[in-house]
Amino acid sequence: MKHDLQKPPASSFERIEIDSSHAERISKPSLSFWQDAWLRIRKNKAAIVSMFILAFIIIMAFVGPMISPHDSETQTITHANLPPKVPGIEKLGIMNGVGTLAGKEVDLYEMKKVDTYYWFGTDGLGRDMFSRVWEGTQISLFIAFVAALIDMVIGVAYGGISGYYGGRVDDIMQRIVEILYGIPTLVIVILMLSFMDPGITAIIIAITITGWIGMSRIVRGQVLKFKNQEFVLASRTLGATDSRIITKHILPNILGIIIINTMFTIPTAIFFEAFLSFIGLGLQPPDASLGTLINDGYKLIKFQPHILLYPSIIISLLMIAFNLLGDGLRDALDPKMKD
Amino acid sequence: MTKYITRRIFYMFITFFLIATATFFLMKALPGSPISSASKLSPTQLAVVEAKYGLDQPIPVQYAKYMLNLAQGDLGNSFQFKNASVTDLIIDRLGPSLILGTQGLVLGVTLGILLGMIAALRQNTIWDYGSTFVAIIGISIPSFVFATFLQYWLAVQWELFPVALWKDGWMSSVLPSIALAMGPLATASRFIRTEMIEVLSSDYITLAKSKGANGFEIAFKHAFRNALIPLVTVLGPLAAGLLTGSLVIEQIFAIPGIGEQFVKSIMSNDFSIIMGTTLFFSAFLIVVIFLVDVLYGIIDPRIRLSGGKD
Repeated sequence: MKHDLQKPPASSFERIEIDSSHAERISKPSLSFWQDAWLRIRKNKAAIVSMFILAFIIIMAFVGPMISPHDSETQTITHANLPPKVPGIEKLGIMNGVGTLAGKEVDLYEMKKVDTYYWFGTDGLGRDMFSRVWEGTQISLFIAFVAALIDMVIGVAYGGISGYYGGRVDDIMQRIVEILYGIPTLVIVILMLSFMDPGITAIIIAITITGWIGMSRIVRGQVLKFKNQEFVLASRTLGATDSRIITKHILPNILGIIIINTMFTIPTAIFFEAFLSFIGLGLQPPDASLGTLINDGYKLIKFQPHILLYPSIIISLLMIAFNLLGDGLRDALDPKMKD
Repeated sequence: MTKYITRRIFYMFITFFLIATATFFLMKALPGSPISSASKLSPTQLAVVEAKYGLDQPIPVQYAKYMLNLAQGDLGNSFQFKNASVTDLIIDRLGPSLILGTQGLVLGVTLGILLGMIAALRQNTIWDYGSTFVAIIGISIPSFVFATFLQYWLAVQWELFPVALWKDGWMSSVLPSIALAMGPLATASRFIRTEMIEVLSSDYITLAKSKGANGFEIAFKHAFRNALIPLVTVLGPLAAGLLTGSLVIEQIFAIPGIGEQFVKSIMSNDFSIIMGTTLFFSAFLIVVIFLVDVLYGIIDPRIRLSGGKD
């Protein structure tokens, strides 16, 4: 069929009415910043898997000691140094209670006439490693979260005041930071710990004493960037008070960066706690964290590798998951800051 | 530039002075002294020993003396190691630590650069994911956990390397160096990857491509060299990381280095060694960070060193 393209018939066109009153209607639902971030992080498989791993470890840290048939502090000397044995899995040839004794593989449970199961084995004093590992995880997580929270509060307050008020206040506060920044963290942490009584509080103080500086520098930079922008100026012109500008205008804008930074503080704190406990400056018995458990296990590595294995796996998983989740959050909350 | 350097040196001295002062007073506030835990001395003997080390003088006098000696590079005498001078003890112990640190750094950074380059040139392929995986492992797994597993598998189980001690020459430095290299490897590879990806998408790379330069030339001559410059900035944190690592790794492999001595002296309350080593570590890190900042300005003319504000 041939059409006369120069003169198309009138029926080939149809008039579509446009209602001009709807011209500005937004067809898609508008997403808040957090919904948008959630959409982005949902696509990041590594971050989602990390979230599940973290949730699992955190739940187990509380539930683990409860579901274990054995107490973490009961010392049963006749049950000392037993390898792991788990009902069900034992038939697969792993975690079946077989350990090396004088170069030969023997079922230590049979030999010592133990008829219960120790899922992660026992340590040199016959304490159940399963409960001990999860209680240690609890303490490590507690130290890390509290340290990260304190770092965040001090860092945001210091950086915020310094950036927002500017002028002489900023000058003095920044000179102090410049000097503190030059002090190696490791040195100050070790000095503080040799000075204070060892314990959870001492470790938290030691970690936070210089930990907030990074956060304060970032927050100051962000506050400086936002405080001179038009929307803040407009708000000020309309008579908004300082506290209103800070809480309603500046804080929501820098919240993403604060969260990202805190996410990276947590694994650093976990590492420092374990590091200090490993070199013997951290928690003292009977308190146990992942670091002290690794230290105990290290001393027996040649004969009882299982004591070292489980706390090492947990701490490595925790660190990997926090780092991956932090990466994912950074990409989701602040697409411009990708590395 | 000169103004910036003078300013920075001034701050370096203030920082160092503050660290020295803080260390001194913290050590003085420590409960117990190296003498009290050493042996059962009668009050008279104790007084004699205290007088010998100048511990009977008022603290401000001790402080002034210490600072004056420090200015001349004298860090005092150890209580533990037969009264040896702390400066000598540190110098004696420097060798193994330096060897391990250098080997770890060179190995880690070289492998890291390679991994990072492969990841950037083969973005979003299995190579990229593999290299990212190694980097995440390297950043996440604590060095002492990694070191104990190296020791368990390669030395205890397979007997490829000596388990510990510093007597089999180069072979005994292999495992500790690998353990130390993990941190720098991870940092360098992540850093190079992001830098390379950014450089590869810049205009001059497009120009080089349109001129007909081959892939190899673009990767090495153009992209790699420009991506390498910012790597200098992470050398400071890397040095700090190596120091932290050396404390545990020397302990694990029984290396007679500074880190091992430091940990031991904390346990035995030998405060002249604690102070000496603390000051040595601080001075080392302060100087490294300073050098890195200045070096960065010199090799990348796009960066102008000025007030130092960010």
